[in-house]
Amino acid sequence: MRKAVMVIGGGIAGIQASLDLANRGFKVHLVEKDPSIGGRMAQLDKTFPTMDCSICILAPKMIECAHNRNVQLLTYSEVKGVKGSIGNFKVKVLRKPRYVDERKCNGCGICAQNCPSEAPNEFDENLGMRKAIYMPFPQAVPRVMVIDKDNCIECGLCDKVCPADAVDREQQPEEVELDVGAITVATGFDMFDPSVIPQYGYGRLKNVITAMELERILCASGPTGGHLIRPSDGRIPRNIAFIQCIGSRDRREWINHPYCSSICCKYAVKDAVLIKEHEPNTVVAIFYIDLRAFGRGFQEFVNRAKSEFGIRFVRSSPGEISEDPSTSNLVVWFEDPTTRTVHHNSFDLVVLCPALIPRKGVGELAKILGIELDNYGFLKSADSVRKPLDTNVPGIFACGYCLGPKTGDVPDSITQGSGTAGRIAEVLVAREAS
Amino acid sequence: MIEEPRIGVFICHCGVNIGGVINVPEVTEYASKLPRVTYAEHSLYTCSEAGLDAIRKAIAECSLNRVVVASCTPRTHEQLFRETVKEAGLNPYLFEMANIRDQCSWVHMHEPGKATEKAKDLVRMAVAKAALLEPQTEPEVEVKDASLVIGAGVAGMTAALSMANQGFKVCLIEREKGPGGIVRRLYKLYPTLASSSEVVGPLVKAVKSHGNIELMTSTTLKEASGYVGNFNVILATPNGDKEANVGTIIVACGALNYRPPQGLYQYKVLDKVVTQEELDGILRRDALGKPERIVMIQCVGARKGEIRPSALEAFPRSDTAELLRKILKARKEEGWPYCSRICCMNAIKNAILIKENSPKTDVVILYGDLRVYKEYEDFYKRARDLEVRFVRHIEEIPPEITQTPEGKLDVAAYDALSGLEVNFKTDWVALSTPLRPRRGEVLLARMLKVPIGTDGFLMEAHLKLRPVDTNVDGVFIAGTVSGPKDVSESIISGEAAAARASILMGNKKVRTDAITALVDEDLCIGCGLCEELCPYGAPKVEVGKSKIREILCRGCGSCAAECPRRAISMRHFGDHQILEQVKALLAPAG
Repeated sequence: MRKAVMVIGGGIAGIQASLDLANRGFKVHLVEKDPSIGGRMAQLDKTFPTMDCSICILAPKMIECAHNRNVQLLTYSEVKGVKGSIGNFKVKVLRKPRYVDERKCNGCGICAQNCPSEAPNEFDENLGMRKAIYMPFPQAVPRVMVIDKDNCIECGLCDKVCPADAVDREQQPEEVELDVGAITVATGFDMFDPSVIPQYGYGRLKNVITAMELERILCASGPTGGHLIRPSDGRIPRNIAFIQCIGSRDRREWINHPYCSSICCKYAVKDAVLIKEHEPNTVVAIFYIDLRAFGRGFQEFVNRAKSEFGIRFVRSSPGEISEDPSTSNLVVWFEDPTTRTVHHNSFDLVVLCPALIPRKGVGELAKILGIELDNYGFLKSADSVRKPLDTNVPGIFACGYCLGPKTGDVPDSITQGSGTAGRIAEVLVAREAS
Repeated sequence: MIEEPRIGVFICHCGVNIGGVINVPEVTEYASKLPRVTYAEHSLYTCSEAGLDAIRKAIAECSLNRVVVASCTPRTHEQLFRETVKEAGLNPYLFEMANIRDQCSWVHMHEPGKATEKAKDLVRMAVAKAALLEPQTEPEVEVKDASLVIGAGVAGMTAALSMANQGFKVCLIEREKGPGGIVRRLYKLYPTLASSSEVVGPLVKAVKSHGNIELMTSTTLKEASGYVGNFNVILATPNGDKEANVGTIIVACGALNYRPPQGLYQYKVLDKVVTQEELDGILRRDALGKPERIVMIQCVGARKGEIRPSALEAFPRSDTAELLRKILKARKEEGWPYCSRICCMNAIKNAILIKENSPKTDVVILYGDLRVYKEYEDFYKRARDLEVRFVRHIEEIPPEITQTPEGKLDVAAYDALSGLEVNFKTDWVALSTPLRPRRGEVLLARMLKVPIGTDGFLMEAHLKLRPVDTNVDGVFIAGTVSGPKDVSESIISGEAAAARASILMGNKKVRTDAITALVDEDLCIGCGLCEELCPYGAPKVEVGKSKIREILCRGCGSCAAECPRRAISMRHFGDHQILEQVKALLAPAG
């Protein structure tokens, strides 16, 4: 009997690791802290540079996880303790109460239709609303509702209308202990909060949004049904600016994310092209420091963005955004580095591209697992050149953006997911043999 | 022919996705009255466990022998429903899907009445085809538990070791006299400044001493035939040809450093104009001395021009060899269109090495965009702290290099900040050139039938989702053969390719899709058109008749569409089945 393994984090890297391990014959416990697997990729509208619909290419892999006999999904769960060593880890996992019986719920959504209480929808970056009992997003895996107790008014209506008798408002947290031979961590990233830099006005100026919010606005299943409109007045913005390196490559002590986040230049160009496809008459400008369009097909994509779509690239890092209160239009102040003169341009909408930062809670997880973090708070490789996917603890590996920006994008995450699956198979099979 | 069809129709609300637009009970009622339909029902989510149970139950209780599900898309759910009918004892190919979500409720969400009528049409068509479905068998092949790895660079050696440690036999071939690839020739590696031998050395030692790895140097792939699980390869070794039989192949034959043509930036005209690769060698030999200044120029032969699609149209996709030859010829003069990803860090690394050895040497790097992605920003800062000068120049006006009377070099460039011409008197000029695809890939790509991209590198099966797979089952790619990567990225891709190959070998068997081409030998005249058209080499004319090797067939249907005698049909998508669907559309039954 082959040892079981654990994957912590159900984004694209963790999904790929789980599937490759499961298909290699390992029983896989996939632990995800959110109610559904899918991670960040599920939130994106399209992916660069192929312009595939992100969820459409991700969903089959999510479903494969749910149906693969070797994968046990532990969603809405967190790792609370680890003992043992390679070959014999004992992992304590806390299963948070969904207040809905996973075995009975068929995700019909009648409860949500009847629920009277609303809360901001996290999946839509809080731009829209969801009910207190809800499905995280339409393609969620598992297709099971979850009750957000903070916003539940305990009216009991969901319980009454549920045809499957699945609502269990008395559900308790449950702790399970699992024996695994190896672990891979794939907990991903968070986005830097741009309101920390007050001169960009995020949170204060309505028409300053983040790139992730733009992804949801562009997405057909998002809060605006895929219509590109700006928050202040619902008007179609005709003049849009992207600003790069919000918090990235920034050594100021109170920000301290000196690294390049690796993906923002690329997705900004993608979003700019998407905007032109939605609204061809829109003027789009990208403010950047260095245009880091590395990676296969990307320089070519940037060339097209310039020649075919007429995207304007401005090499300058703006100093401030101000607002015309009568129109809510924005004025971006920047220096032209060639003439060394200060300019200001007016825009209907400004999109900030924030740094990708360590996932909240990754420090505690690292402590539980006994693994080291790097200077920026990402997980540290045992050897950044030779053993990039190993951690300092034998038998514990990492893949995806939790390792920091060494993962550029989706294909990098997938390669690393497969890579850790390879490492785990290599060390566990070799141990079995010896 | 086949038993009397007893069809069950299951219609899904998909929550509000379908049910919010289409009147599902009405469509169900309509379906129940269609000819040969024995049973019809609707559920909120047919794909939920409850929905799947209902299918299994109905198959047993109503003796259904055909199943139609009208719901979402086969792309995501066909496999699930096929598995379900199989569990209930039916052949999985006795299942048909009607897409009433993507192709109906989503696109006609503002016209519910018409959408409901269209859903009826789609269900009627699916039922018509279902009546003619036949059981199919998925060909199953054994997978040899051995792998061929082509190229013993860091990616190839990593992949070989990973598989060997899992107990698989690996034949690792290398065209050069020794393993190590392009990394072996480097001096030091960024960002740790470890010497390349610290990385290559342990890998070479492990590969040479591993009982499961047979390392063959000065060896190339001469011929390859066969298919996933069972490739027959002929290797050209110094001691003559050698045959091997392997289940999987990993292509890790790397890339080359681009060398500019003579005269470009005075390369090969003036002695002290060298490439970064050559500078690496000079540093290793400690032959640079302590010059007053060295100027590095980025993106020499990279990010230049574009391959215009029109230039590619003349070449059919199957002729990758000709395409690559054309690309290579054009690029020799103009340079490559892509960003080579590693040159910025490589230049910074050499700048740091020079500065640490000779702090007084003025190191100037002329660049357009400095692409020190990831955490290498710290490495960039280290160079700035050492007072390496980064000068952004106007890339559109290439720097000019001349010799001064006193024997130094003069680099004239346009500073992007001031817009003014600047001159640097310098002892050395180092040109940062991209990695480029190898010419040897022409033959390799042709032999293995792996397509190449417009950038000249081998193509992955899907740029986003399948970065180390190719569209040939059982053939994988690792390292720079699919585009520029640094050492750690190459090592990761080697691990990943090994993981993917090991899945096939570990399972010992692989099933391929049953939807393949079928030749009616009575009609076939052996003209060979199918053989010519097939991108996968599946048909072969033998004794005047075309024979399809099912395992190679991907079911694309090119041969069936073009066969002048209509002798070829596709399993599961036969003309008679499709025509019956069309007939059902044109002549509504109810």
